[in-house]
Amino acid sequence: MDPNHTISASATSGSDFGGSVFDHVVQAPEDPILGVTVAYNKDPSPVKLNLGVGAYRTEEGKPLVLNVVRRAEQLLVNDRSRVKEYLPIVGLAEFNKLSAKLMFGADSPAIQVKRVTTVQCLSGTGSLRVGAEFLARHHHQRTIYIPQPTWGNHGKIFTLAGLSVKTYRYYDPATRGLNFQGLLEDLSLAPSGAIVLLHACAHNPTGVDPTLQQWEQIRQLIRLKGLLPFFDSAYQGFASGSLDADAQSVRMFVADGGECLAAQSYAKNMGLYGERVGALSIVCKTADVASRVESQVKLVIRPMFSNPPIHGASIVAIILKNRDMYNEWTVELKAMADRIISMRQQLFDALRARGTPGDWNHILKQIGMFTFTGLNTAQVAFMTKEYHVYMTSDGRISMAGLSSKTVPHLADAIHAAVTRAI
Amino acid sequence: MAFRTGISRRMMIRSGFGLRSMSSWWGSVEPAAKDPILGVTEAFLADPSPDKVNVGVGAYRDDNGKPVVLECVREAERRIAGKLNMEYLPMGGSVNMVEETLKLAYGENSEFIKDKRIAAVQALSGTGACRLFADFQKRFRPDSQIYIPVPTWANHHNIWRDAQVPQRTFHYYHPETKGLDFASLMDDVKNAPNGSFFLLHACAHNPTGVDPSEEQWKEISYQFKVKGHFAFFDMAYQGFASGDPERDAKSIKIFLEDGHLIGIAQSYAKNMGLYGQRVGCLSLLCEDEKQAVAVKSQLQQIARPMYSNPPVQGALIVSTILGDPELKKLWLKEVKVMADRIIGMRTALRENLEKLGSPLSWEHITNQIGMFCYSGLTPEQVDRMTNEFHIYMTRNGRISMAGITTGNVSYLANAIHEVSKSA
Repeated sequence: MDPNHTISASATSGSDFGGSVFDHVVQAPEDPILGVTVAYNKDPSPVKLNLGVGAYRTEEGKPLVLNVVRRAEQLLVNDRSRVKEYLPIVGLAEFNKLSAKLMFGADSPAIQVKRVTTVQCLSGTGSLRVGAEFLARHHHQRTIYIPQPTWGNHGKIFTLAGLSVKTYRYYDPATRGLNFQGLLEDLSLAPSGAIVLLHACAHNPTGVDPTLQQWEQIRQLIRLKGLLPFFDSAYQGFASGSLDADAQSVRMFVADGGECLAAQSYAKNMGLYGERVGALSIVCKTADVASRVESQVKLVIRPMFSNPPIHGASIVAIILKNRDMYNEWTVELKAMADRIISMRQQLFDALRARGTPGDWNHILKQIGMFTFTGLNTAQVAFMTKEYHVYMTSDGRISMAGLSSKTVPHLADAIHAAVTRAI
Repeated sequence: MAFRTGISRRMMIRSGFGLRSMSSWWGSVEPAAKDPILGVTEAFLADPSPDKVNVGVGAYRDDNGKPVVLECVREAERRIAGKLNMEYLPMGGSVNMVEETLKLAYGENSEFIKDKRIAAVQALSGTGACRLFADFQKRFRPDSQIYIPVPTWANHHNIWRDAQVPQRTFHYYHPETKGLDFASLMDDVKNAPNGSFFLLHACAHNPTGVDPSEEQWKEISYQFKVKGHFAFFDMAYQGFASGDPERDAKSIKIFLEDGHLIGIAQSYAKNMGLYGQRVGCLSLLCEDEKQAVAVKSQLQQIARPMYSNPPVQGALIVSTILGDPELKKLWLKEVKVMADRIIGMRTALRENLEKLGSPLSWEHITNQIGMFCYSGLTPEQVDRMTNEFHIYMTRNGRISMAGITTGNVSYLANAIHEVSKSA
């Protein structure tokens, strides 16, 4: 060390010989959805209501861990033969097989001929991201069409994966239902090979789903135009209460022999939110293609997280492969779906009872975790300020956050917002 | 399955729907090359020989060759089971787990932690931490490159490539001495443009097991200051290398004392045996709290479209153990047992080879540290190890010490001797 080049103790490294190399980094804006909970937590009001983030709550307003999940947990912790070795890159084999059967049907011909590759990923987000990265590298058409509106994170996932994002019309504010004509028009203008994001059921944020007839027309159009469907299935079983009914849309697209992708999440339907359990399935034309595709998907995963987390997938595998536990799960799942459906009815009735102006039938017609109320940002802000009701500014409310006790307060808030605020 | 729709199946087929796309979209997708490391274990499993030995993959094994779940982990799991409510963690992960993890790397009473100058998020083990950093580097220093040691863990190259950060290499391993090529390393540090980004292994370099000495770290740190370089430490083996977590973090301590604003990827895969749980942490030391808040918020923006928020159970195991003095003491004991067993196997392997009268020097086996030993065997010699002796290792000559037991060490020594004695 040259004594003439002493460096003072307080100097820091950085390309300018002082200061951080990340000095210019500015604070990112708060996530719009998660920011709602942040604001809610700060509010001291005893009547505050959190209808922001889509996590299920009981009648008592508490998070719920399914009994069958608790049982699976106990089995895991009591089994001393279980180890924590790395899973293969594609995850827990048993979990993958069972997830594919759940999604595509136990006797799906596509599974039987091995033209489906299923890899474990980090919940729905992770499955979408890995699938999108694969497509950005190996699909000749790098544009994805997403519905308007859609879950706030979709656009970012696809953009960061290297796809270019366009939208197709979906929600009709006038009817608070599906803009079916607009959807068909926009998709028929998409170039051949373009990817189309479809919510398998319980569209987030609107709760508006196509009917089966409409799904069939969508399928025909997509196949006619040579578009590639990418399903986001985050609510299977949670929407109608039936696992098979909620998978109909996806299964239609597999039954016609074509190709598609499906991102599956166990966050809501098994209440495994924070465990990050999900699966990406790529349905290919042939088994040979599926095998090569899987090998390439592994190259996406390895530099991202090497291999997926073991705990949540182990819980799912135990439940899905054990007949009693599977049945118990379907019962608990239906109970959650039924409670939400009953909240819809109660809210609708409460608004009718107050004579709240407007047509509120959409509350009953929409399906799944969320209701797109149709309230505007000013009305939402009013409800937050005056009634301590927290929701996203697009007017989306999480029905799972409601209970019989809190429905009257919400109905009061909506009534006030609609009759007073502009 | 019949649809109750207005369109009959026959009509569907006639109009060609479903049959229009005759071929796959991905018909021309090439089969990807197999992962070189994981492929070794696959081959090992397929071998019926009773003498087979797996010194390929880097996961700890006990003296019976069995995987280990630490007692402190089992106890933590018992406490957690039935209590965890599985709600989403924040995007940055478990605050408790991150706090405890920073103490391990920066020191129990670190002023940087007190002053809230560290931007830190829970990550998907070491891989996830490196990837978050690489993506962050690309986003906020788009003109930068990453200097990676030769050799390094193969996945490092994949990570920075997928993050689209250009890579350069710097000299590290000296094949002749089977030690550190310190002179060339320092030359590379001096010749890199000012303000370059370097990836450093904090301890127990993977795959060579060759670490700089304390003095050498000091010189590296000094030269980094002269050049204004950025140091990113991958620390996957803290506690696992020497048996003492504080000692294993010495390189980091030196850089912190010299005033560097470093980044660190930490993993609990090996030192807590949490491999498949995917628990780790990425941290970046900033100038002040305001900057740390900004940097953390941006790291979260990278995590959100990748996996939204990290898995909860593994993080809870870590914070349960590190937050309880008794459990933490137990963990430190168990980590030392693992490290000591490996050090014992290094000694035994070297002694066996010397006893066999090998003409070569095997000093490097005990000089090197951590999970791996860079044996110096050539790919051809490695092939002979596999084909003649059913010993499985990666073709770069890397031996996972954790796969060696008192039961197989003399067999292994004999095989190495056989393939190398006429070298």
